Amino acid sequence: MLREFCVWLAATPFSQQIQNAFWVIPTVQIVHIVSIGIVMTSMAMLDLRLIGIAGRRQSLDAMAARFLPWVWVTLIVLLCSGTILIIAEPGRDLQNVVFWTKMTLLAAALILTATFQRVLHRNKGYWERHRAVAALLGSVSLVIWVGIIAAGRWIAYVEHG
Amino acid sequence: MFKQLLADLEATPWGTAVRESTWLFPTIESIHVLMLVLVIGSIMVVDLRLLNLTSRDRSVKELTDDVLPWTWTAFGGAAITGSLLFSSSALKYVHIWQFDTKMCMLALAALNMGLFHLGAFRSVAQWDRAPARPPLAAKLAGGISLAIWVTVVALGRWVGFA
Repeated sequence: MLREFCVWLAATPFSQQIQNAFWVIPTVQIVHIVSIGIVMTSMAMLDLRLIGIAGRRQSLDAMAARFLPWVWVTLIVLLCSGTILIIAEPGRDLQNVVFWTKMTLLAAALILTATFQRVLHRNKGYWERHRAVAALLGSVSLVIWVGIIAAGRWIAYVEHG
Repeated sequence: MFKQLLADLEATPWGTAVRESTWLFPTIESIHVLMLVLVIGSIMVVDLRLLNLTSRDRSVKELTDDVLPWTWTAFGGAAITGSLLFSSSALKYVHIWQFDTKMCMLALAALNMGLFHLGAFRSVAQWDRAPARPPLAAKLAGGISLAIWVTVVALGRWVGFA
């Protein structure tokens, strides 16, 4: 099923056009990686603040207000550039176990981030009162994001369809 | 002479190990990517502040004190991992123009930073009072830095396609 879908997608005119223009994939990957820089740094700042080892001069609310909008907006850019890369080489991604590992980690990271944000807004001062929970959330989130980046690079190195 | 140096680099135990192992190169490369995204992301935080586009309620000095130690740590990690990757095929990389240009860009970034520290940043205490408005020289340094670092990342990714 998935295999047929990949073959079909790779044969579509849009995919063919991307494959025939040598510069599209590198260019889209450059956009993708600069965007990852924005998201990863924003999340690292926030997670390190939650753990308590960075940006302690600022309140958690200020940090979240500063960085979270960048995360959500840049994620849209990542989604678009990532989709183009999948259309260009469907088998490389969709028939690749590392790609699906990355997507699972991404889903987990986004659920954690959205939960953090929801609690921050609905329950004022919760994270300041529960330092241990905050530190745990920050640590888990940080590890997941590192995993996302590592998986992203390893997509290029494993056997795929 | 230079060629011999590169050949010697390739023949070092670590150069050989990275070249011959199946998993070392991608693993070191993953760490390199993690480090470089932190470098460019954190530099953007500073550059956008210098351009007076973000974090306007924070003093530049306080912000750089918070952010730059992370930038330097990540840069150290990127430099070490990058050197290891380079040593695996040094003779090949120096012939890739994207790689050579990237190294020149890194030198330009250092020059830009040096000039900023010798120039506009020396009087930071004077222009850094709320609402802090960086002078033109500081804005220029921020804008140039932003452009250089995006180019560095672009060339770096391009090396992989060369």
